[in-house]
Amino acid sequence: MEQLDQLVQQAAAEFAAAVDGAQLEQAKARYLGKSGALTERLKALGKLEPEARREAGAAINAAKTAIEAALEGRRNALREAALLAQLAAEALDVTLPGRGGVQGGLHPVSRTLERVERLFGSIGFVVADGPEIETDWHNFTALNTPENHPARSMHDTFYLEGHDDVLLRTHTSPVQIRAMQAHVARHRDADAMPDLRIIAPGRVFRVDSDATHSPMFHQVEGLWVGETVSFADLKGVIADFLRRFFETDDLQVRFRPSFFPFTEPSAEIDVAFMSGALEGRWLEIAGCGVVHPNVLRFGGIDPERYTGFAFGMGPDRLTMLRYGVNDLRLFFEGDLRFLGQFR
Amino acid sequence: MQFSEQWLRTFVDPQLDSAGLGHLLTMAGLEVEEAEPAAPAFRGVVVAKIVEAEKHPNADKLKLCKVDAGTGELLQIVCGAPNAAAGMKVPCAVVGAVLPGEFEIKKAKLRGVESFGMLCSARELGFSEDHSGLYALPEDAPVGTDIRAYLGLDDTLFTIKLTPNRADCLSLTGVAREVAAITGGEFRPLAIDPVAPAIEARRDIVLDAPQACPRYCGRILRGVDARAATPDWMVRRLVRSGIRSISALVDITNYVMLELGQPLHAFDNAKLQGAIHVRLPRAGEQVLLLNEQTVTPAADTLLIADEARALALAGIMGGEDSGITLDTTEVFLESAFFAPDAIAGRARAYGFGSDASHRFERGVDPELARGALERATRLVIELCGGEAGPVVEAVATDALPARAPVRLRPARARRVLGIVLADADMLALLRRVHLQVERTGDDILVTPPSWRFDIEIEEDLIEEIARLHGYDNIPAIAPQGSLMMLPSSENGRPVWALRHLLAARGYQEVVNFAFVEEAWERDFCANENPIRLANPIASHLSVMRSSLIPGLVGTLAANRKRQIDRVRVFEVARVFERKADGDPVRGFHQVMNIAALAAGQVVPEQWGERARSVDFYDVKGDLEALFAPRELQFAPLSHPALHPGRAAAVRLDGHMIGVLGELHPVWVQRYELGTAPVVFEVALDAALAARVPAYAEISRMQAVRRDLALVVGNEVPVERVLEVLREAAPALVREIALFDLYQGKGIDHDKKSLAFKVSMQDTRRTLEDAEVDAAIALLVTHAETVLGARLRGAGA
Repeated sequence: MEQLDQLVQQAAAEFAAAVDGAQLEQAKARYLGKSGALTERLKALGKLEPEARREAGAAINAAKTAIEAALEGRRNALREAALLAQLAAEALDVTLPGRGGVQGGLHPVSRTLERVERLFGSIGFVVADGPEIETDWHNFTALNTPENHPARSMHDTFYLEGHDDVLLRTHTSPVQIRAMQAHVARHRDADAMPDLRIIAPGRVFRVDSDATHSPMFHQVEGLWVGETVSFADLKGVIADFLRRFFETDDLQVRFRPSFFPFTEPSAEIDVAFMSGALEGRWLEIAGCGVVHPNVLRFGGIDPERYTGFAFGMGPDRLTMLRYGVNDLRLFFEGDLRFLGQFR
Repeated sequence: MQFSEQWLRTFVDPQLDSAGLGHLLTMAGLEVEEAEPAAPAFRGVVVAKIVEAEKHPNADKLKLCKVDAGTGELLQIVCGAPNAAAGMKVPCAVVGAVLPGEFEIKKAKLRGVESFGMLCSARELGFSEDHSGLYALPEDAPVGTDIRAYLGLDDTLFTIKLTPNRADCLSLTGVAREVAAITGGEFRPLAIDPVAPAIEARRDIVLDAPQACPRYCGRILRGVDARAATPDWMVRRLVRSGIRSISALVDITNYVMLELGQPLHAFDNAKLQGAIHVRLPRAGEQVLLLNEQTVTPAADTLLIADEARALALAGIMGGEDSGITLDTTEVFLESAFFAPDAIAGRARAYGFGSDASHRFERGVDPELARGALERATRLVIELCGGEAGPVVEAVATDALPARAPVRLRPARARRVLGIVLADADMLALLRRVHLQVERTGDDILVTPPSWRFDIEIEEDLIEEIARLHGYDNIPAIAPQGSLMMLPSSENGRPVWALRHLLAARGYQEVVNFAFVEEAWERDFCANENPIRLANPIASHLSVMRSSLIPGLVGTLAANRKRQIDRVRVFEVARVFERKADGDPVRGFHQVMNIAALAAGQVVPEQWGERARSVDFYDVKGDLEALFAPRELQFAPLSHPALHPGRAAAVRLDGHMIGVLGELHPVWVQRYELGTAPVVFEVALDAALAARVPAYAEISRMQAVRRDLALVVGNEVPVERVLEVLREAAPALVREIALFDLYQGKGIDHDKKSLAFKVSMQDTRRTLEDAEVDAAIALLVTHAETVLGARLRGAGA
């Protein structure tokens, strides 16, 4: 019996001394293998008396179980150690930069236009579009701008060589006419025309170039025509938009009487921030008004039944105010050091 | 329109300070652009008389003056001004005075002599740039009076930006009328006292073009002293209105124009012959104008002529030969109404404008001519002496602008404005601006006064009500309407999706001008006949672009100059071409394109990636990603901007939608780009289209993959091989895809080996080896027959 206990202790010691799987298997063979110490003893059982054999057999089996447990314990320990070693060897410098390219970005004015479209889209304005080479009729005549109006001079408007009735649109307002005509055509057979709500962002052109003017710049036209549209609605929509766009209620909005041939009454919209670098200064941001009845007529709409409001905003200006840009020309120079700031 | 507040307050004097007045003007639609003080702040400067002016004992250029500043004793003041002389009256800053810039005057010692104050130039007092000498005051200036009070310096110069519909406010009278209406202050119009004729001299007037000039008043004045000095008060008011003083007669015409809004013209009566004709020009007629420009008036330019010749461009500018001079003693004064349509645009056509044309083309009160002539006559007689003949007035009553009554429906006004305002309040508002109102049933009939050209339809009245009620008093309400969802189609994507996709792949959006230099169109688009601007702003911005690529190349060049090597940019914009049946504008095709350019390293220099310049296939991958899951096709292309061996036509569903390629080395060199960029440009419409996914049954059967390596000639495009294989593929073949390309050892130098993965599957049963083998054999045979391909590894 004592010998068996010794054997178990000896086996456990040898297993513990094994530093890897191979040594452990060799040690195992010495006890549990075909000619291992324990196996030899089991073989020797046959020579004993039945009584003694039962007793000795039980003792040997107990020893075998103990040795197998020691073996399994050691195996687990070695496996765990190997895993730890592998993990340690596989450790990375997690502070090395990630692989790959860098993000590009949208043009800052695009960022603004996307937000403008989304904000107006949330109250049912759809995006409309019109050509940049436009007819004189759509750009001026249909917008109630008479023949001798100063805006029609070569000083303000780009004309195309060989065409005196075709020009680069000076504003996005001609989209109003195209949208009204299309809307009327679509609902020709209906008793009541549903409301027309459009927003038309785009590039426009004027013969002007200095620190605050670019010969090409952006505008966003808005138009809402319906049976009950009023100047008060216009004020509500614009004030709501400006507060959402600048994400602040810390903003004053002022509507100031003005004049445009295509709206009446007309207003300039000024905003003043109540804090920040531009605190307290009135900044002109858009022109707007109730659509002139002649414009509705040119669009094919009965001004007695329907009224509408329209506005034209400068998204370049909105972008400058939003991000603190101080020179309009930067938008059109393609300088990646500038554009890269708006990712 | 610029004017002095002090002058305005002689017509209407509301209980408001300058800032309050300015705010009200702006909010009434007369936008105050500037409100400048007439002089900066200073104090302690009085009118003084130089009693003695001797040479300074110790300095050649200084004078030692004894000055009476009304203090009861003579002050000793050292002065360096060259014009300082005994007897002169000048501004004197006494000890304790503070000049502009917080400059305090103290007792001082100059070259050993004590000085008790300072005699001032105009610049030292900050009201002009003149520093040539002391500011000489009139002889009758009362000694000891504060100079600010004496010169009226506590004044504000308002500049208002008038909208073109408010010509009635181009005078002090007009602005005052408006101020009275919006403040409720009392309007005190100028009292005009006619001058009875003292002589009989008169000149007949003939209206040859009565529609253009329905009213003309003229009057002769004799014995006039054209050299008389313009009084200081008049000079001051003119200067503060931005008009230079020239001579008494000219100043008077300008003064009355500012006061009443009526442009006047003074002829030298001695240079006129016979009756005055207001007529259109005769062929070849020329006029030498006051600005020394000789013009040949266009057929629709109205002239003032006498019986011998054309004298002036009516309502625009007088003639040099018939104008007054300092020697003039007989004046013929003109005060007329010219119809806006007869003047509008004419001055601009000759390349200039005038205060008169500015007013006439916007509309001058047609009832004003006679009163203004009387006012000017009185001023001439007061300032220059002389005697006046009778006023000769020619009128074509039928051609005068009629002020037809306009019907206002108060309910409509309330509806359009979204306000609650009683009819009675509307009546009161309209009366405040001198509109005659009359109730007819539910409506109000409104007759505008002669000076209001801008009230012709109901909306003009609604605007007037809005303005006078105050835009601030119109509520800002959240509109109400029926809620209807907007369409949101899956057959298309918003352009924002494309922008974000390209941005995520490293491209920065740019916005380039739509007009470019002509050389770009020639070089990159082989466009010899671009759409040219008639009036470009600069020669390098003179033609409309037909491609976005040149602009992106320009962006690359500009950034390379800023030492930025890696450039990835894109633009979404319109391009322009001639097209007879263009839509929506005839003659022009204008569609939106999306274009991108990549140059330099494929990724920024970094530890984990090998440095490599971006190539054709990088950008092709970006382009394919832009259209995924739809598949583009590519075919070799010859394009003026692109490398002939590295350019592809981009096709989608059988239509060419754009181009992809590396920039031609010739342009890389000419535009100093360093390395060649790869570019693409495709139609935006094609990129925006998307398809709604449709489910196809997933097979539960085992899929079989076989690899197939084919050797083909180098010149055979991969897409062609795929096309041939797909033609031959039986129905069980699900997909054929290239997974390897090999050239080199074991393959002839003019050939390439292409490895394809062929996936096969049936939805209902497991495939048998024999049919798989048969399918592969079919593909190989077809490729051999059509392309001369051979199976790699098989004998030659």
